[in-house]
Amino acid sequence: MSNPLILYLCLRMVSGVMVMDSLLSPEGDSQRTQYPYVTGTSVIGIKYKDGILMAADMGGSYGSTIRYKSVERLKQVGKHSLLGASGEISDFQEILKYLDELILHDNMWDDGNSLGPKEVHNYLTRVMYNRRNKFDPLWNSLVIGGVKNGQKYLGSVSMIGVHFEDDHVATGFGNHLARPILREEWKEDLSFEEGVKLLEKCMRNLLYRDRSAVNKLQIAKITEEGLTISQPYSLKTFWNFAAFQNPTVGAEGSW
Amino acid sequence: MDHDATADVNAPHSMGTTIIGVTYNGGVVLGADSRTSTGMYVANRASDKITQLTDNVYICRSGSAADSQIVSDYVRYFLHQHTIQLGQPATVKVAANLVRLLSYSNKNMLQTGIIVGGWDKYEGGKIYGIPLGGTILEQPFAIGGSGSSYLYGFFDQVWKDNMTKDEAEQLVVKAVSLAIARDGASGGVVRTVIINEEGVTRNFYPGDKLPLWHDELEAHDSLLDILNASNPEPMST
Repeated sequence: MSNPLILYLCLRMVSGVMVMDSLLSPEGDSQRTQYPYVTGTSVIGIKYKDGILMAADMGGSYGSTIRYKSVERLKQVGKHSLLGASGEISDFQEILKYLDELILHDNMWDDGNSLGPKEVHNYLTRVMYNRRNKFDPLWNSLVIGGVKNGQKYLGSVSMIGVHFEDDHVATGFGNHLARPILREEWKEDLSFEEGVKLLEKCMRNLLYRDRSAVNKLQIAKITEEGLTISQPYSLKTFWNFAAFQNPTVGAEGSW
Repeated sequence: MDHDATADVNAPHSMGTTIIGVTYNGGVVLGADSRTSTGMYVANRASDKITQLTDNVYICRSGSAADSQIVSDYVRYFLHQHTIQLGQPATVKVAANLVRLLSYSNKNMLQTGIIVGGWDKYEGGKIYGIPLGGTILEQPFAIGGSGSSYLYGFFDQVWKDNMTKDEAEQLVVKAVSLAIARDGASGGVVRTVIINEEGVTRNFYPGDKLPLWHDELEAHDSLLDILNASNPEPMST
């Protein structure tokens, strides 16, 4: 072999698939990080009296285009947990496959025990952090919530493995627009109705102010009894303010 | 002012493209334009971007011509083996998931957006969109390629569920033709493939038979025909 470059041109089986590994390709050296293509925006989660409430819209953006408007970003994980994701949808779909395998193996033990939200949160944190260390992240911010044995749990993990556990969490724009509202108005033992109203207040605010938000959302509730994800629905928006009618009177040309 | 004249012929073959897949009451209709460009040069003006995977599953390819061809070749190979092992035709869902597997695992190297469409006895007609990155989304209709930018508004207005086969095909031809009108990377003929329980039908709509849109003129053989047809002095001021 005269050319050491050729040595690097090897065919490798990666998950049953042929991959050409080459120094000539843009990601051919040992560093790898990607960019997201189809992305979901904020997820918000709050604890309430009976468990956890989570909200996310159904948008899948492709850069600045709102390409998909029926993407489900809230999914059940095992018996006790609810996972919401923002960021790259293909990576979220892959995470759901990992979790499927995790839950399957957990069930195969057939020992009466089952993984709860705290355990799933820890598993996801390890997955995200280890991928980050390889410079090959799963480009998502995740919200995980649930109830097991009467204990409510709500946490978040980012694409670099930063994880939190709190009474209310959010991803992306939600951190900037929703959490300040929640800091003021969240309280211990919210009723279901109060919780939904509070989430809707946050989601409406995101709809006004987040360019990648779409007006079709789902709210999910998880309690000791089980999990429900609502049908998709839309929120009313309010534009009928005096200040909105003629905002540039007295300052023509301004915005 | 003059850029390298060989830049066009050496640029990677890219299918700018407009690709569409729609479901209708009984099956699916796939549609595409036929332009493959290398830079500004049209390398192939009559390409076939609707590729067969199995008897009942076809895909529309967009993006890099090489990447989409290699993905479709691998998936056809895997599906063939899968069909033998299964003992019956593969489902559209399996085909779509195989495309996703390749697209997702090689996301750093591939640049291809694919629409998978077909018919199987379990789910009937189905369309799956697999954009860059390897997300898989089942949709009532899917659009892709550079020309699709011009069709989002059109489909938002015109789409309805449960169309007939003819309605669906007319819609696809109209849509591809509208995209060709505005997207420089799309052009040529419109090809459609209809897949349902009965089988597969391929159709061909040549560029000169497509409807005319705003600011487009009817085609003539020559100015001379126009001059002869109308009054004796048509070129006077």
